[in-house]
Amino acid sequence: MFPLVTFAALTLLWTLVWRAGVFHQSALPSPAAVWRAFAEEIRNGRLATDLTASLFRVTLGFFLAVALGMPVGLWMGRSLRARLALLPVVNFFRNLSPLAWIPFAILWFGVGDSPAVFLILMAGFFPVALATMAATAGIPEVYFRVAEAHGIRGVERLFQVTLPAIMPEMITMLRVTAGLCWLVVVAAEMIAGRDGLGFAVMDSRNGLRTDLLVAEMIVIGAIGVLIDRVLMRLTRIPSVRWAYER
Amino acid sequence: MSDKQFVLRNVSHAFGAVKVLNGVSLEIGRGEFIAIVGPSGCGKTTLLNLLSGHFAPTSGSVERNGRPRMVYQEDSLFPWWTVDENISLGLRKVAQNGEREGRIRELLRLIRLEGFGKHYPHQLSGGMRQRVELARALAGDRDTLLMDEPFSALDYLERLRMRRELARILEERSHTVALVTHDIEEAAQLADRVVVLSERPAQIRRELRIHARRPRSVTDPEVVRAAGVILTELGIEGDAKELASPLK
Repeated sequence: MFPLVTFAALTLLWTLVWRAGVFHQSALPSPAAVWRAFAEEIRNGRLATDLTASLFRVTLGFFLAVALGMPVGLWMGRSLRARLALLPVVNFFRNLSPLAWIPFAILWFGVGDSPAVFLILMAGFFPVALATMAATAGIPEVYFRVAEAHGIRGVERLFQVTLPAIMPEMITMLRVTAGLCWLVVVAAEMIAGRDGLGFAVMDSRNGLRTDLLVAEMIVIGAIGVLIDRVLMRLTRIPSVRWAYER
Repeated sequence: MSDKQFVLRNVSHAFGAVKVLNGVSLEIGRGEFIAIVGPSGCGKTTLLNLLSGHFAPTSGSVERNGRPRMVYQEDSLFPWWTVDENISLGLRKVAQNGEREGRIRELLRLIRLEGFGKHYPHQLSGGMRQRVELARALAGDRDTLLMDEPFSALDYLERLRMRRELARILEERSHTVALVTHDIEEAAQLADRVVVLSERPAQIRRELRIHARRPRSVTDPEVVRAAGVILTELGIEGDAKELASPLK
């Protein structure tokens, strides 16, 4: 109910600003024009194509970042030597904007899926490793003592103790990282893309189609929210509820 | 096999330069309940870790005939597992899958938590969680409980209840128990023998036998007297000799 009121108020404000002529007509489209542009994009299938391309890249890059970052983070969390050796490097790259890699991404991978996936990987890997490390290092030692006393070791310990113990923090990490990856894919496609939502934004700008531009911006924001909502459902798994209810 | 579950001979232990235990000799008989009390940081938990085999002593010898299991002071249940799953951890090495189900029911009945098997630890009160920890330790083939301030996180009434529960459970399932506690009253109420340790490096200051049958009331004259003696031994109350005379 409340979100709908806010949404209606924002649309009204937008309409008023547009009617008042604060910006030149070519610089701010009307809500109606955006709605028509949106319908047109759906009809001609371009929106679906771009959306599929972006979602494919973000999914692949995100899974690569998690699949590679989590083992490194687990290792750094359990081994002091690994932490001392790798933490400065991880911190350095975490603070380096992944967009700084764009020139190299294009030099090495050209245009298309590969450079975008590479950039998403660079954006996601280091925060994943860091969050996993912090969560793993924070597991109460008593859990490992209990595991040891009951003969849980090695791979079994990883799956029965370590991973379940950090799972709530990993869900938060997944949500943050997915958001980050979604930001990066749009930026990457703007420069190194021939399709995708980021490319569509750039293309609309070049064609001075502000109506299309706003329609695409709305889709990008909405998809970001949707991804987060989907990942948030992971917090409903019974075996992670302890982190939220106590 | 001797009827002694544990025999410590002149055991000393140090962490680097810090000497924690100094020449402790102690025997614990089968089925005996001993409580270890002493000033904080004096080495009570270290003594327990020597009994469990988690540490090897710096000098002296530890003979271990019992099969001990630790009960911890913090929440050591796995919060991502249900009560059933946590208890069945204690049964890993013993029961077949089919048999396990029945053993878990039996343990839930013992700790009076029937119907809570599918609950997660965070859905239970502190006292209920502590009972599940007890059930996990009792599951399986171990005959000795090493308890490290197991009730210290509970409020006073819950603590009194847990003492009664423990006495009742041990009545049903005899175990050797070594209980480390800072709660003098708890020691006097539960133990057959109270071992009072000195300041670090800890030596045994005194061993006190309590003969009253369990379950004992907190206000049982022997419990009150024993608590008095222990407090005096720890230098917190009056003259030790005077208070101790009716006991020994």
